[in-house]
Amino acid sequence: MGGAMPSSLTRRYILNRVALYGSAVLLALWTLAPLYLIALAAFSTRQATFRWPKPLLPTDFSTDTMQFFVNSRGVLNSVRNSVIVALLTIAGSLALGAPGGYALARFRFRGKEGISLGLLISKMFPTAILSIPLAVAFLQLNLYDSIWGVALVHIAMALPFVIIVTAGIFVGVPRDLEEAAQTLGCNRLQAFLRVVLPLALPGLAAAAIFTFVISWNEVFAATILTLRNRTLPAQVLSSLNDSPLYYRYAGGFFMIAPALIFIFLIRKYLLNLWGNISR
Amino acid sequence: MRVKAETILPYSLLAPTLIFVTLLIVVPIAQAFLLAFQTPDGSFTLANFQKMANDTSFGDALKFTLLLLIFIVPMQVVLALIMALLIHTRFKGHTVFLYIYAIPLGISDLAAGIAWLSIFTERGYLNSILNQLGILDKPFLFLSYQNLPAMFGTIVVAESWRATAIVMTILLAGLQVIPRDYFEAADVFGATTLKRTLFVVLPLLRPSLQNALIIRTIFAFQTFAVVFALAGRVIPVLAGESYNWYVANRNPNIAAAYAVLVLIFTVAATWFYLRFLQTGAAEAGYD
Repeated sequence: MGGAMPSSLTRRYILNRVALYGSAVLLALWTLAPLYLIALAAFSTRQATFRWPKPLLPTDFSTDTMQFFVNSRGVLNSVRNSVIVALLTIAGSLALGAPGGYALARFRFRGKEGISLGLLISKMFPTAILSIPLAVAFLQLNLYDSIWGVALVHIAMALPFVIIVTAGIFVGVPRDLEEAAQTLGCNRLQAFLRVVLPLALPGLAAAAIFTFVISWNEVFAATILTLRNRTLPAQVLSSLNDSPLYYRYAGGFFMIAPALIFIFLIRKYLLNLWGNISR
Repeated sequence: MRVKAETILPYSLLAPTLIFVTLLIVVPIAQAFLLAFQTPDGSFTLANFQKMANDTSFGDALKFTLLLLIFIVPMQVVLALIMALLIHTRFKGHTVFLYIYAIPLGISDLAAGIAWLSIFTERGYLNSILNQLGILDKPFLFLSYQNLPAMFGTIVVAESWRATAIVMTILLAGLQVIPRDYFEAADVFGATTLKRTLFVVLPLLRPSLQNALIIRTIFAFQTFAVVFALAGRVIPVLAGESYNWYVANRNPNIAAAYAVLVLIFTVAATWFYLRFLQTGAAEAGYD
């Protein structure tokens, strides 16, 4: 290599780089374009929805559409419900699932393989087969049209993921440290609280955000199980047929916006969360 | 005594989960089968399945669910494989691109359907672009019942766009456990990138590909909100029919029959992949 004339090797290297960055940028545009356009649609005036042809730059930026959406009947309430359900799902699935994940990570016991397999299988069940009988049961239990009922179902849906993810997190905390704490006089619980938990905390926080995303996006069960106490996706889905386009655009953007932040927050854990849970 | 406590501990840590999963997953599934095989007054019947099969939308729902699967899953895998292989080269700035490619992970199929609705609708962004490029005078009706293939295509695009991210993370996680030596050995022998991908990387990636296929196929059977957002009820799908029978027709029995059918497809597809791709996983020395 080197010299004034680029050798065939450097030329090949440059071509390689151009192809690499070219395709990377192309795929990035494919991913970003719909996000830009729905944001554009949500931040235009309501009249702009019907303009033809539409400008591709934010020439008529306006919060008119978003204001209309937020002030529409049921929307603010549904946003509040969505946040509450997601927080309940985080609390419930971590409280129930993290101890289970710890058990799978630290102990050898009879039935362990069976339990792991059962959890793996239970995350594959279609939402429909869970939500329809539960809707029937919740009617009798006075949990129908209640955010508690929706939260229960979301916890059940998130639990298998949370156990598998937290097991992975606890495996990553060196066992030696925990044993050292125990030889230094901590009991198992103290060793867990003082040594394991602080080290596992970033991973657990990522798992919590992951759980939030599951709940925030879930639409089938939430719509089946509620009538007036909708979550945001249930509210948007149930009014798809009789709402104007701009209402749907604003609703779509409202559901998407948190994803941008959450995926950014947990970007370092992406492969551990989505990549490894499928094992 | 201490030994005994240690043997019980893992079970007591797992007990709350197992109870919860039993009450909210196992029991409902049993009840779904009961609903599907029962008359409203509780006696055994196959009438729900007969009524389901005789429904005018049933044939179309079955057809479109399978067609969506056939079109969407391969498209996702190819796109995701390209993304994962690109990121895996660890070029300068790859973390930014990984974040961008991963964004749809946090987006629901409903929201993805609405985002693409703004593109494909009559006075939407695609028609506007085509008009400004001088290709179209009048808007092309992508979302008209008179143009089912185009409508179907928009759903394929929207759902591929969304779920490619999931496949990508699975494949990227799989790529990272392949020892770097394999890539380097292929370089030493002068393999081109394409050859290396086909003959070295893909066989080693087979366990991850299998997992991605299983997961995406399972969820493809459940596709419905993206279809509702783009096609309304013009293109029926199995999960959507289940939803409609429950919400619009107030008939939990037939809704449950559809749900049972989706479950049967899910189990069959999982069995199929495990049966025909499992040997590959064993050969590659994983699992």
